[in-house]
This record gives sequence, structure tokens and C-alpha cells, in this order.
Amino acid sequence: MSTELNLTLKIWRQAGPDAPGAFDTIAAPGINDEMSFLEMLDVVNERLINDGKEAVVFDHDCREGICGTCSLMIDGQAHGPQKGTATCQLHMRKFADGQEITIEPWRATAFPVVKDLMVDRSAFDRIIESGGYITAETGGASDANLTPIPKPVADAAMDAAACIGCGACVAACPNSAANLFTAAKVSHLNLLPQGQAERYSRVEAMVDTMEDFFGSCTNHGECQEACPKEISIDFIAMMNKDYLKSKFKNRKTLSRN
Amino acid sequence: MRGQIKRTADTDRFSRWKRTGVTSAAMATTTVARGSADAGSKAKRKAPFPVEFYRSALGKKYVMALTGIMLMGFVFAHMVGNLKMYLGAEDINHYGEFLRELLVPILPRTVFLWLLRGGLITAFALHIHAAYSLTRMNHAARTVGYQAKRDYIAANFASRTMRWTGVIFALFLVWHLFDLSWTGTGATWVRGQAYQNIDNSLSRVPVALLYIVANLALGIHLFHGAWSLFQSMGWNNPRFNPMRRNFAAGFAGLIVLGNVSFPIAVLAGIVGN
Repeated sequence: MSTELNLTLKIWRQAGPDAPGAFDTIAAPGINDEMSFLEMLDVVNERLINDGKEAVVFDHDCREGICGTCSLMIDGQAHGPQKGTATCQLHMRKFADGQEITIEPWRATAFPVVKDLMVDRSAFDRIIESGGYITAETGGASDANLTPIPKPVADAAMDAAACIGCGACVAACPNSAANLFTAAKVSHLNLLPQGQAERYSRVEAMVDTMEDFFGSCTNHGECQEACPKEISIDFIAMMNKDYLKSKFKNRKTLSRN
Repeated sequence: MRGQIKRTADTDRFSRWKRTGVTSAAMATTTVARGSADAGSKAKRKAPFPVEFYRSALGKKYVMALTGIMLMGFVFAHMVGNLKMYLGAEDINHYGEFLRELLVPILPRTVFLWLLRGGLITAFALHIHAAYSLTRMNHAARTVGYQAKRDYIAANFASRTMRWTGVIFALFLVWHLFDLSWTGTGATWVRGQAYQNIDNSLSRVPVALLYIVANLALGIHLFHGAWSLFQSMGWNNPRFNPMRRNFAAGFAGLIVLGNVSFPIAVLAGIVGN
């Protein structure tokens, strides 16, 4: 049995990157509580279009929590009130009838608003470019189990690799730091045997690129709570350790492990 | 035929790459103000390792943590030393004299104490400079803030007020040095007479209150700092991770308990003439 919700949305509207923005109050009556948050916005947009108004621009793609395209600061929380869930998998049953919901884009200097709720997250691509790769042999594919990896190590690397790069960590961080994203991307490769070749050059390059765009970590732990993949700040400590090793022992240039 | 297809595909990929390259560069100049794709290759002169390390935000966090540990050590020793207030005037004044005579047959009087003070001043300066420059970096990282109310889940009062508690305590510290080490602040003050000076100063109710408030600020600062340092230093292990918060709470509690007890003891007449 589904019930209908009558909601009031306070949505951030901004015509372009340099245009001034403001909150726009839009009534959203008759919302089915089995809709996802993005489906609710689809309904709102269809109504806006029917009324001859401009639809609200927001990022979305897979709508099953694996692509990292959706965003939205919902009532002051990145990806809304449900822990470990991206906006696309947040359902309207989490909200009460008559509720006013405030929707804002991610806020960070490195994530400029493109339009309305859509932000440009290409700063993350710059971080990935600088070190998110491994050296792999060419030729025929080797047997998948050729390299022994202990189960806990594989699990930890998988936990880090779960990062979908949505930017919720930056959005939630009071300092706009991207340490959780960078730590996840660094650790995902640094934990595995296949990633050892570039282990120290990777951590230096990715951290240095990160610091060109984002703030610094003050260990609030807010990112871990906002992360739709529940990635742990333990990875940030691991990244810090590898960064020190790389810098202090000059491992990047000495080529000693 | 095959080769031809491949070549077309390659050119296509190249032109696509070139196109995205151009757009992202243009974006970087118009919208991303704080850096660009090639900002990683800074044409800075190679500095000695510690300076190079300190230039990075992660390096500054290590410095924050290390100097924080040094300052925590001082704060702890300072509190324990002051507990001699409860043993009487002779004990604490003798303790003050002992500090000046540390390592005396090896070094002249007060030399070792000044070495300790030098380390402490350096730690303070680095701690404050790192905090200042990281704060500026963080402000630049979000020039347009959230327009609606934020709902914090993990960030607590202590972690969000670090800058304030730090500044409040630093200001108090200057006053505290004038009050009991340099000149005195109105009450009768004699150099070297620690017990009498403390008694005279803290017998004034507003001064006692100032000491209590400042030490509460220090306690709040330590509650986050003594936890945060483990993460900054990369000290993370599932075996002792749950103990880190307890350590921070315990350490902060111990310092506040010890330090706040002095003004209360003086006002209550437990300590004093």
C-alpha cells in the first residue's frame, strides 16, 4: 500500500556558473511514497514543463547507486537522511507528509555549479589522472588466481574500491576536503600486489593534485557518515602513512620498498 | 581494410581526447579558480625535505599532530607539577627551583629549562602557523558556503570549535604568563614565590573564573585534538582504534580536572595562607 505525500520543495535555482542563485519554493503535492527521490524530482519537472516553466537541472544516471552521478544536499545532509544510500536509492517514504525539503547543490570551490543542482566534479578526474592506474603486462590475460592475495587484504581493497566518486565526502566536509575520496582511490590500488609498482609515486601525485583543489582534513569524520558506500576514514590514516613514507624516505626516487 | 578502420578509430579517439582536453582546460580557467590540470607540476625550487613536506597540507597535519603531542606532554607535566600546591608552599616553591636547576652540574643554572622552553615555543609557533594556513586553505576551498542550514552527523562541538578554543586559550596563555611569570597582574607578586603568587592571584574571583573558563576551552580543544592526532599521524589499527576516543576523553578530562581544581581550591581556602 502506497500513500501520497504533499511536500514543499525549497530548491536552489541558478541559471549558470556565474549567475546569482536563490532558493525557489515549489509545491509538490501527490507524491507516491514508493518513488525514489530522483523520481519525485522527475514528476516535479514534468509538471514544471507542462506549466511552461524551466525544469530543475540535476545530475543523475544509473539510478541504482553504482555510478556516482547523483548528488544533492537534502535538508543539510549529503545524499539525504538515510545512511549509506545515494540520492537515487533514497525513497520518499523516508519523508513525512507536509514536510518542507531543502535541496541544495554540493558546495565547494572545486565543484562549481553548472546549473541549478548540477555541479562540475572534474577536479576528481584530475586526481584520478595523476595516479589512479597500475602497470599491467601486455599479452594474453594471465590466470586470475596467479597472484595470491590474502582474503582480508582483498576485502579491504574492495571496501576502498566501492567508492563511486560522487563527491558527498567533499560536500559533507566542513573544510571541503577530498581526503576520503583520494584515500579510497589510493588505498584501493596500494593495498593490492598489482598496485605496488606505483605505490609511493601514486600517493604523492594524488595527494598533491588533491591539495591543488580541495581543503584539508581536520578529522571531523563527517565524510564517512555521508558516504553512500560507507567508506571508512581508516583509509585516510593509511593514505597519510603512505604519504609520509613516500616523502620521508624519499621512496619515489630511491625505488626501494 | 582492418588497418584503415583502426586508424580512423585512433584519429577519432585522438580528436575526442583533444576536444575534451580543450574544454576541461577552458573550464579550469573560467570556473575552477584554485588550480588546473597542470597545477601539480609546480615550478617551485626544490626545498630541503622538511620544508618540502611542510608545504603540503598533509605535512602540516603531521606537524600539527607532532607539536600537539609535545604540547600535550607539557600540559600534562605542568598539571602534575602544580599538584604540589596541595603539599604546601615549600614543596611547590622547591619544585620551581628544581626546574631551574635541572641538569645543573652538566649545564649552568636555567640553561636546560630554557632549552625546554625553546622547544615549547617552537612547537607553539608551528602549531599556530599550520592551523592558520590550513584554515585559510579550507576557507578558500569553499568560497560560497551552504545557503541552507547544515545538519552535521559526526562533527561535534569540539571538532568544530577547534579554532575558537585554540585562540581563546592562546590569549589566556599570554595573560597567564604576565600573571604568574613576568610581571603579575595587580595582586602582590614576587618572582620565584610560586605558592604565594598563585594564592594572591586566584583569590580574586574574576581571575579564578577566567582560569576555569580557559581550562574548559583547553579541555574541549584536547577532546578533539588528542583523538585527531592519531588519524593525522596515520596511527590506525582495528586493535586499538576504539581506545583512541577514550584516550582523548580521558586525557582532556584529567587535564581539566587537575587545572580547574586549583582556582577552586584557592577560593575554597583549601590552598593558601
